Amino acid sequence: MLTFITQHIEMFYLIILMIFVGIELIGHVPSVLHTPLMSGANAIHGVVIIGSIIVMGQAEHVASLILGFLAVVLGTLNVVGGFVVTDRMLEMFKKKK
Amino acid sequence: MENQILQIIYLIASVTFIAGLKFLGNPATARKGNLMAAFGMVIAIFGTIFLYTTETGAHLHNLGFIFAALAVGTIVGWIVAKKVQMTAMPEMVSLFNGMGGACAMLISIIEFKHLAEVDLSTVAAGHLLTIVLGLIIGSVSFAGSIIAWGKLSGNVKDKSLGMQQLINIGLLLVILVLSGVMILGNTAFTVELFYAVFALSLIYGVLFVLPIGGADMPVVISLLNSFTGVAAACGGFLYDNKVMLVGGILVGSAGTLLTIVMCKAMNRSLVNVLIGNFGGGATGEAMGSANFDGTIKEVTASDAAILMKYAKKVIIVPGYGLAVAQAQHIVHDLELLLEAEGIDVKYAIHPVAGRMPGHMNVLLAESNVSYDKLIEMEEVNPEFATTDVVLVVGANDVVNPAAKTDPNSPIYGMPILDVENAANVIVNKRSMKAGYAGIENELFYKPKTSMLFGDAKKALTQLVSEIKALG
Repeated sequence: MLTFITQHIEMFYLIILMIFVGIELIGHVPSVLHTPLMSGANAIHGVVIIGSIIVMGQAEHVASLILGFLAVVLGTLNVVGGFVVTDRMLEMFKKKK
Repeated sequence: MENQILQIIYLIASVTFIAGLKFLGNPATARKGNLMAAFGMVIAIFGTIFLYTTETGAHLHNLGFIFAALAVGTIVGWIVAKKVQMTAMPEMVSLFNGMGGACAMLISIIEFKHLAEVDLSTVAAGHLLTIVLGLIIGSVSFAGSIIAWGKLSGNVKDKSLGMQQLINIGLLLVILVLSGVMILGNTAFTVELFYAVFALSLIYGVLFVLPIGGADMPVVISLLNSFTGVAAACGGFLYDNKVMLVGGILVGSAGTLLTIVMCKAMNRSLVNVLIGNFGGGATGEAMGSANFDGTIKEVTASDAAILMKYAKKVIIVPGYGLAVAQAQHIVHDLELLLEAEGIDVKYAIHPVAGRMPGHMNVLLAESNVSYDKLIEMEEVNPEFATTDVVLVVGANDVVNPAAKTDPNSPIYGMPILDVENAANVIVNKRSMKAGYAGIENELFYKPKTSMLFGDAKKALTQLVSEIKALG
């Protein structure tokens, strides 16, 4: 376990830093923006699609290929749907006056 | 070389995620932030497809299938996201979140299958742990989000098997113990244990969300959103992929904080939301039969019109009923009409009005209601005392005085809009049915309250024409 941690020590540093960055970013957001923010964050975690592409690009069996295909489709839905829905919400916050 | 370019692309993408999330936190830059993060996502995806190389230096294959899958997801996602009604936004977010969770779950399954085919005994425990974590969190997020989606769209009802919390905690313990045995035990049953954990995680996701009241769904969706972030980060760990790790952890931590902020807006703790069985069947029925002094007073549209036309100051309190009836445009017409008469018109926005924080703002912004007319709760509450008419449109729990006066009420302690301080309160509702929390509202029985029954759009249209008729 110790070797596992030291092998990935950079990743652990990143995790700690990103936790604090995430908290800082959301700290003082008006409640008006909570919904678009949640929706935007929802789209960003669609980055999981990268993993599904890597898996699929190395799949050799039909079963893995089918599951991988499904994973890429679902990941794309998360990304595209997430960003488009967020944009539609924000479109309505046009500046007036 | 190619790998180096890919690392740079990942770096740029990570920066767009961080900056994008930052920009999303400010109304003026929010849209730009969203587009920025989307751009980062696109370059990360195409960079991976064309530049990713495995340890042996091989490029990805199955490109045809990958592009086919991307095309299917893009077309379906685009159309669904463009077509969905503004009122259905919350459940849409939940559904897309579930897709991401399912994606993380499938990655873990495929990776595990792959390892199982080679030789499981040589795999590092840490590696296995990452896979199992991604599986558990992804499955819980997927199953939970689908239930949350079903609840918000009215297909799934609140349900609680007695002792639900005990069952949930027990189930979670079983999942953790099985995972522990699977990772460290090195038994002959590793594969069986893996699929058992998978199945139990899905069941846990369902049971986790099922007993939570519909009114608390936004909090749950936000929590599941951060779960999916963590599941994505597990994938990042698995492939030593920094952009996945950054994106995932960022959403995981920001999402958790957002969840807590939302709970605070309702003056409740996260624990309370998760185990409170808020709005569950039992409480709803018990409270439904409660009796209040006073009677319900109905008002006609023409009487309401007179009341409003001769007011000096009117505050409109929108709720979910406004969203359901799609009455955001007509309420804006009403506002303009009253303003033309020289009446001061404002909107009082409760932080959890509708089904999501900010739901009302999004909806009213759609009909071009000016930003500065939407007043948040703390700011607007002192103003009710000097208000002649409050028009409550399809809101219920957020104006229920029981939150202040009745310690037994499930919403006790939630800050509410003090509409009863105004001289007159007109409440537009479809019927006397209780609100989402399933409890009666004493406000409707007060002498200064009159009820304008009917669908919000129809009732307001009538109100507008009556005011016009008064000349």
